[in-house]
Amino acid sequence: MTVQTQFQTGAQAAALRQSGASVKMVAKDVKVFYGAKQALKGIDLEIQENRVMALIGPSGCGKSTFLRCLNRMNDTIENCRVEGLIALDGEDVYGRQIDAVQLRARVGMVFQKPNPFPKSIYDNISYGPRIHGIASHRDEMDEIVQKSLERAGLWNEVKDRLREPGTGLSGGQQQRLCIARAVAVSPEVILMDEPCSALDPIATAHIEELIDELRENYTIVIVTHNMQQAARVSQKTAFFHLGEMVECDDTEEIFTNPRDERTQGYITGRYG
Amino acid sequence: MSPEHIVRSFAQELERLANLLTQMGGVAEAQVAGAVRAVTRRDVELAAQVMAADQRLDEYERAIEAETIRLLALRQPMAQDLREIVSALKVAADLERIGDYAANIAKRSLALAQVPVVPPASGIASMGRLVGTILKDVLDAYIERDVEKAVAAWKRDEELDDLHTGLFRELLAHMTADPLTITPCTHLLFMAKNLERIGDHATNIAETIHFVVVGSPLAMERPKGDGSSFAVMTPGSGPEARTLPRRPGNAA
Repeated sequence: MTVQTQFQTGAQAAALRQSGASVKMVAKDVKVFYGAKQALKGIDLEIQENRVMALIGPSGCGKSTFLRCLNRMNDTIENCRVEGLIALDGEDVYGRQIDAVQLRARVGMVFQKPNPFPKSIYDNISYGPRIHGIASHRDEMDEIVQKSLERAGLWNEVKDRLREPGTGLSGGQQQRLCIARAVAVSPEVILMDEPCSALDPIATAHIEELIDELRENYTIVIVTHNMQQAARVSQKTAFFHLGEMVECDDTEEIFTNPRDERTQGYITGRYG
Repeated sequence: MSPEHIVRSFAQELERLANLLTQMGGVAEAQVAGAVRAVTRRDVELAAQVMAADQRLDEYERAIEAETIRLLALRQPMAQDLREIVSALKVAADLERIGDYAANIAKRSLALAQVPVVPPASGIASMGRLVGTILKDVLDAYIERDVEKAVAAWKRDEELDDLHTGLFRELLAHMTADPLTITPCTHLLFMAKNLERIGDHATNIAETIHFVVVGSPLAMERPKGDGSSFAVMTPGSGPEARTLPRRPGNAA
């Protein structure tokens, strides 16, 4: 793994200043292998701060694999090898000095199926801050729990039953609980892997509204099979196909006037 | 686009929409040709037919609107599909307006047929021929998704504007010289304006074709040749009307 901190050329930096967004994460020539099988074939991508980036593409295209590289979730998969550079604020996340657990606090994750701990709503949120030593006393923890639940748009629904099990909530509420849990450790980036695929349209709308609000404070990368969702929630969209990143552009451009035939074929539902 | 939709019913619906537009374009073209012929041949029967047939264009527009809204709601189209569907709505509106102008020409031809022929009436034939060609090319370009053909037709609108300005001046001169021709000449003025507006709607369609195929608006500034808005004629100033120099910002 190459460690590289100066990844922006002058022109790139100028272009970004013009667009009003700074780069939060960068992927350079990222290749991922599961044993002998290559899942990603050299991905270059810039993720801008306080923006939502949607990753779309057919099943097996590598979008979830790429998402999991961003906070080293692939470390836990045996036989998985990652090459290339992934940097967070210019720092290689696969660098020797980086602790994966600390990294995942900075780059949080929300999964496809809501997966609250079999604990109370309160403990679901306080668990992360506790192990990371973020809160020094009870009042502070109470505040973190409340703020996190507020940010996830769940506080009003659960404030009177914080001691009840998180698993007793509805699917949509559980997913927002998981988002609150991710938010509790003050991450900078939140990764979402199809966060609404198990939810009904109303719960989905709540999550989408939440994503839009969260963007003010966090950088969000979302993998979704629902293209309308990608179109609704993101500012940038990247299309993945057979382990390649085919096209990345403003979401509006991708869904009205994609450059690549493969993107066009995928989003309009045509045989490639 | 060569690859086919995975959902065949969606492809069939898009095809149906395209067919509706092709048919509507054909009717609009025939309406314009019929209206001009009614004027030049002083054919009141044909004029009545054109006026009655305008209803068909209204029906086509309603059908295309309904189909478009249904497709947007049920298919959530993206990219080229989205552009095609939205453009159908715009083109249908342009064709409907073209039909209205044709019907108005036909209607005025009835009044014109009741009075003696005035020489400038032949200008309507020339404008009609040109607008017919432009409209045909634009509609062919729409069916063939041919941007070059669309842009070429778009540029020819300047010639139409020139013809309009010329005819406008000629009519003013005629009316100044012989106030007894004011009735037919006024009808001819409106007819000429209608044909000029038909040309403008044809250029709208050409611009829409560019958007459908390329995905961005036509960036060129369209040459504007219509100087009729600046024409001034004073009694005794002779047969040639003066045309004020065009100023930037003045609408043609």
